[in-house]
Amino acid sequence: MKTAVITFPASNCNRDAAMALEKVTGEKPLMVWHRESELPEGVQFVVLPGGFSYGDYLRCGAMASRSPIVKDLVEKANKGLAVAGFCNGFQVLTESGLLPGALMRNKGLKFVCRPEKLKITNSNSRFTSKYGTTTDVTFPVAHHDGNYFADDETLNKLEKQGQVIFRYADNPNGSARDIAGICNEAGNVFGMMPHPERAIDPLHGGTDGLNLFKSIIESI
Amino acid sequence: MKAIIHIGLKPGVLDPQGRAISRSLNDLGFEEVTKARQGKVIELDLNGDDPAAAEARVTDMCEKLLANTVIESYKVEIED
Repeated sequence: MKTAVITFPASNCNRDAAMALEKVTGEKPLMVWHRESELPEGVQFVVLPGGFSYGDYLRCGAMASRSPIVKDLVEKANKGLAVAGFCNGFQVLTESGLLPGALMRNKGLKFVCRPEKLKITNSNSRFTSKYGTTTDVTFPVAHHDGNYFADDETLNKLEKQGQVIFRYADNPNGSARDIAGICNEAGNVFGMMPHPERAIDPLHGGTDGLNLFKSIIESI
Repeated sequence: MKAIIHIGLKPGVLDPQGRAISRSLNDLGFEEVTKARQGKVIELDLNGDDPAAAEARVTDMCEKLLANTVIESYKVEIED
């Protein structure tokens, strides 16, 4: 299956994402540079990687979300293309409007970098179906601006429609209602601050992230 | 012309940096400070000589890039 990882200046998890995709699909993903204006034909799943795109200038993810490739990505995602954004990728997805809300400076003002316990709060999503009855997983987090914010109306709607996919067991950043990962209404766009792509090999210290990639790939 | 844009977090949105600033000012003896909100100022040099048209254009810039209206509000000033 053809997959792609979009790379921005100062992306730094693009290779981790590529490793994860190759491990699950058996095929190297296409690495797409941010100045491209169109995704390659036939791509069925796109990852927006973590990092500090454009040096986090203006706001995290703000510049990347206005890049030519993301314009094309938004159009295709609105037509059903599967997309996941991790860490900075999640920030790009909220900035682009594909996911609701915004990621703000961590409540404690510190950069948090540690393994984080998460609860899967919707195991029926396209990104979590392979977890079965498992509800507790550990993914690494590494961010300064991961404090998820949305107004109460949006948060209520997310919860009611089952769009909250992951919550923090021990909220590291002040995120509203402990939200760690959400999907859009249609269920094809997903974003989270933790890094599942850094938990796919025993050498990473855990493999809890693998099923996330297996879930979405299998759903396509 | 010049456009000066003030961008700040909307009321009700937690501003942890503002809170740290206000605490730090209190620690320095400025006990009268009860709250701080941190924002940013962006200055643009613009071609053209119609302030009303410029304000409309800059407002569009704020909506499209300069501010994230989910969490931020903005104020545009046009100077000659």
